[in-house]
Amino acid sequence: MKSKIRHLIAAMALALPVSSTVLANEGPALEKAPINIQDTESLQRGAQIFSNYCLSCHSASAMRYNRLTDIGLSEDQIKDQLLPKDGGLTKIGDQMNVTMDKKDAKVWLGAAPPDLSVIARSRGADYLYAYLRGFYRDPTRPTGWNNLVFDKVGMPHVLWEMQGEQIMKTEKNAEGHEEHKLELVKAGTLTKLENGKANTVEFDKRMADLTNFLVYVGEPAQVKRHQVGYIVLMFLGLLLLPLTYFLKKEYWKDVH
Amino acid sequence: MSKGQKLLNWIDDRFPLSSMLKEHVTEYYAPKNFNFWYFFGSLAMLVLVIQIVTGIFLTMNYKPDGTLNAAGIPVAFASVEYIMRDVAGGWIIRYMHSTGASMFFVVVYLHMFRGLIYGSYKQPRELVWVFGTLIFLCLMAEAFMGYLLPWGQMSFWGAQVIVNLFGSLPVIGPDLSVWIRGDYVVSDATLNRFFALHVIAVPLVLLALVVAHLIALHEVGSNNPDGVEIKKLKDDKGIPLDGIPFHPYYTVKDIFGVAVFLIVFSVIVFFLPEMGGYFLEHPNFDQADPLKTPPHIAPVWYFTPFYAILRAIPSFLGTQVWGVIGMGAAVVLIAFLPWLDRSPIKSIRYRGPKFKFMLTLFIMAFIGLGILGAMPSTNTRTLIAQIFSFIYFAFFLGMPFYTKNDVGTVPVPTRVTDTNGKRQLQFVVLVAVTVIAAYLFATNV
Repeated sequence: MKSKIRHLIAAMALALPVSSTVLANEGPALEKAPINIQDTESLQRGAQIFSNYCLSCHSASAMRYNRLTDIGLSEDQIKDQLLPKDGGLTKIGDQMNVTMDKKDAKVWLGAAPPDLSVIARSRGADYLYAYLRGFYRDPTRPTGWNNLVFDKVGMPHVLWEMQGEQIMKTEKNAEGHEEHKLELVKAGTLTKLENGKANTVEFDKRMADLTNFLVYVGEPAQVKRHQVGYIVLMFLGLLLLPLTYFLKKEYWKDVH
Repeated sequence: MSKGQKLLNWIDDRFPLSSMLKEHVTEYYAPKNFNFWYFFGSLAMLVLVIQIVTGIFLTMNYKPDGTLNAAGIPVAFASVEYIMRDVAGGWIIRYMHSTGASMFFVVVYLHMFRGLIYGSYKQPRELVWVFGTLIFLCLMAEAFMGYLLPWGQMSFWGAQVIVNLFGSLPVIGPDLSVWIRGDYVVSDATLNRFFALHVIAVPLVLLALVVAHLIALHEVGSNNPDGVEIKKLKDDKGIPLDGIPFHPYYTVKDIFGVAVFLIVFSVIVFFLPEMGGYFLEHPNFDQADPLKTPPHIAPVWYFTPFYAILRAIPSFLGTQVWGVIGMGAAVVLIAFLPWLDRSPIKSIRYRGPKFKFMLTLFIMAFIGLGILGAMPSTNTRTLIAQIFSFIYFAFFLGMPFYTKNDVGTVPVPTRVTDTNGKRQLQFVVLVAVTVIAAYLFATNV
């Protein structure tokens, strides 16, 4: 009982500062993903990485290849650059499926790789951006890789050639809490190590492109949605609202 | 006689069209002093129409099928994404429906709050209120079953949690929950029957209740912010002195309300369809997985006050049924408001300080419970939820006592008064401050 009263007093004291979100993420704050859904060039680069590296194992079964005309690609470009080279088996109107059998995948990787159609909507862009850059060497894992934001992840570091190798360092911060930090120890094709200092700008940009693309794939209609939204709001705000307002005023003139 | 008049006469000889229009629209006299709070009844009707129309179009492409497709995605989950991508205009229909579900509760909660502050449930409007409570109950059932249909993780586990509640009832519980699900766990069978109930059974009852709600209202006449019975003072033609015909006065006024509402609605549909995870929960974009329990199962925001009451009541005598009873009672008690309130004064404008005090506490408790119900529970949060639950029940069960001799300083007038802008503003500010205080309190514990 006493502890409950103490809890209550503590609760009242804490009620003073303003909090911004109710359902705040309990984990560490994630860096904001530098994405822009209107940037079609970034989306196209993301699509390229996605089809080269992700689509071999992950499906995006709600997404059709020819939908990518949305992001400024022509049907020929999609056919030449993005369709799997399976002798024309996959048609441009097909969905982004994988041929790998789910049961095989489970045996090989421990868990079937999830479908990525709406992954950005369930996890959020910031998480994906952190995840894609969060792989580090961990000899205790069967793949040799672990991930900072997804502990004991089943997925190997598919992009290690680009990123190189990171290791995790645990440091105590000013408040005495343990903090995990990643450090690049071996440069990849898109990262540099100069005098022990890591330069990951290029790799981070690519991962932002990929994150951007996944956000687009999560809801391909979103750019259209905004466009239609402005038109609808203009109609409602500039036409219907004043019209109904003055109609009401006119009718109510004789009510006292 | 014109051709139109002839046709109307022909119809009127066979169907009471003109007399019905007169009774319910052109010669239905409503008090002339309706204020801001009186928009939400007609807006609830608007949202109902939006839900039915968008629902019909969603049904054309949605598939209530829990089995996995070739890509390993449940067919129901995939069909929602099919609507979002491959159906022309599908995304707008779906977002209107998902936003409509939440906005339905927004307008209905505000509509109920209006009834509460102006005593619209009091004699002779008890049945209007009871029908309204039943509509609210139907709406909760409708929303709950509809939420299963996208077949995401929250759909699945939310349904699992709520159906399991019935399992805690003594004797019949376990069999009852199996009967509801049609299976031992939430499954394809559950999805199919919830779909049937969501698209036809509950809407049918809901529509019938809305008709009953309106017929009862038009029988007794509308209340107003002063709580004055306008039918008591009529002119020599029998028209209430403070009444104006619903059409055209309130039809044009309500259309203005519709325009404002549609702007808010469109901002959400086009720019914030997830509403920060409150209208569409992020974990619900993960397909339903019976083998993977999510770490935190949160109901959609409109259920959270009642969910918080459920969690706040501890299990004792070896059963959890008390929380279930508490949650049920929290809804059912609303229907008994007309008989719990003993004050002859309807409107809060002329009520005494005791009711105003209790109402303020009640708003804080309700908002607070809503916020706590959305968060994972901790010891402190549970304690606060228990206090809020106590206030919630005290507001209703204490009513016969604290409303008995509770008179305000200003007597109830005989005629309706003009809306006092300053007083309205003060009231809105007071409600806003109460809500914000409750929000700050509940989010920080």
